[in-house]
Amino acid sequence: MSKKMHINLTVNGEHHEFLAEPRELLIYTLRERLNITGPHIGCETSHCGACTVTLNGKSVKACTMFIAQADGAEITTIEGIGSPDNLHVLQRSFREHHGLQCGYCTPGMITRASKLLEENPNPTEEEVRFGMAGNMCRCTGYQNIVKSILAAASEMNAAKEAAE
Amino acid sequence: MIPASFDYHRPSDLEGVLALLKEHGDDARVIAGGHSLIPMMKLRMAEVPQLIDLQAIESLKGYSVNGSHVKIGAMVTQHELINSDELAAVAPILRETSLQIADPQVRYMGTVGGNVANGDPGNDMPGLMQCLDATLHLIGPNGTREVAAREYYEAAYVTAREEDEVLTAISFEAPKGGYAYEKQKRKIGDYATAAAAVTIQKDGGKVASASIAMTNLSDTPVWSEAAGNALVGTTCDAGAIKVAVAAMLDDIDPTEDNRGPVAFKKHVAGIILTRAITRAWERA
Repeated sequence: MSKKMHINLTVNGEHHEFLAEPRELLIYTLRERLNITGPHIGCETSHCGACTVTLNGKSVKACTMFIAQADGAEITTIEGIGSPDNLHVLQRSFREHHGLQCGYCTPGMITRASKLLEENPNPTEEEVRFGMAGNMCRCTGYQNIVKSILAAASEMNAAKEAAE
Repeated sequence: MIPASFDYHRPSDLEGVLALLKEHGDDARVIAGGHSLIPMMKLRMAEVPQLIDLQAIESLKGYSVNGSHVKIGAMVTQHELINSDELAAVAPILRETSLQIADPQVRYMGTVGGNVANGDPGNDMPGLMQCLDATLHLIGPNGTREVAAREYYEAAYVTAREEDEVLTAISFEAPKGGYAYEKQKRKIGDYATAAAAVTIQKDGGKVASASIAMTNLSDTPVWSEAAGNALVGTTCDAGAIKVAVAAMLDDIDPTEDNRGPVAFKKHVAGIILTRAITRAWERA
């Protein structure tokens, strides 16, 4: 066993300090050490996107990052995007447009979609499909996921215009 | 999927990297975005007792454009390549290629240096860099040296880079004329069944020069000088493209795997190169 490292991490605005082996994968840190279980383990081979989190402004797959690499990072998970009492527009939109069935991929989908809409607030359907290509869903056939994201985008844009 | 233990290092400059490589020898490896190395470590196909993370080294980040001369730091990500309007203006083939690599999450992490240096025949940047006749910049214990992308790849994962050297940057003259990167893959995130990088310069309605490189059709990328030469002096008509495709097929050496048998790969390679030449010519 290699030496443990002192790790600093900010997750959803909360600061964490702990000792960990460098080889610990970020998804296990989040789920098992910090009890943040929104990001899921799907394939664990960087294909499915169920473990997607936002790390220093990037959408990343938490199964393909060692905790040592994430030392010092700021992370947002689905728990930092909305809560049951205060759903994010994307979460409401997924519910309204039936953007999920079993729900396993949904935290990763919504975390990725939130970053996509931040970078491209008014995407075309093609841009949504392309921007969501790192997230797999085995239930919906994607149609309603795309619909949910496009609807959330127009709602967010309308709210922004109203505010201005 | 837990990799073997390792010690982790995050040096803040290249001197630190070289010192660690010298100290640990074969036990050490550098990690950039990690999206080739981490899966191999998780599968325990790669064991890296000393992992040297390049993320804190500022001199490996960023790019410069001086006229037509482009130099890209090894730690520039595919996401950055895609989102740079400056690079897309001077060498749009960079964006076209990057958009066809993996998926959005992987492109936030995946670097041009990792993609080029690793020597994985499935990677897309090596073929592109051969097409562009790029220069790879290496640093090692004896200082810096340059290697042409067309001379860098020796076999799968075997390159001209010595174990104690690090790729720091890639430079090239932006191609004039038309360009295309065309890739056939089974699904998003897959490596190419066949891919082609093409640049074509036009003069008086005819091909003045052309450069053609193929991805994942041998144990290295293949720059097919004969295929490019076959187009020169022609109007890039169907007959000329056929001759170029035949020349390319003579230069590749695909093997059967889960992407198909050899005959299928050659068939796909021909179609992909035809499409790439056609698109590059339209843009020339």
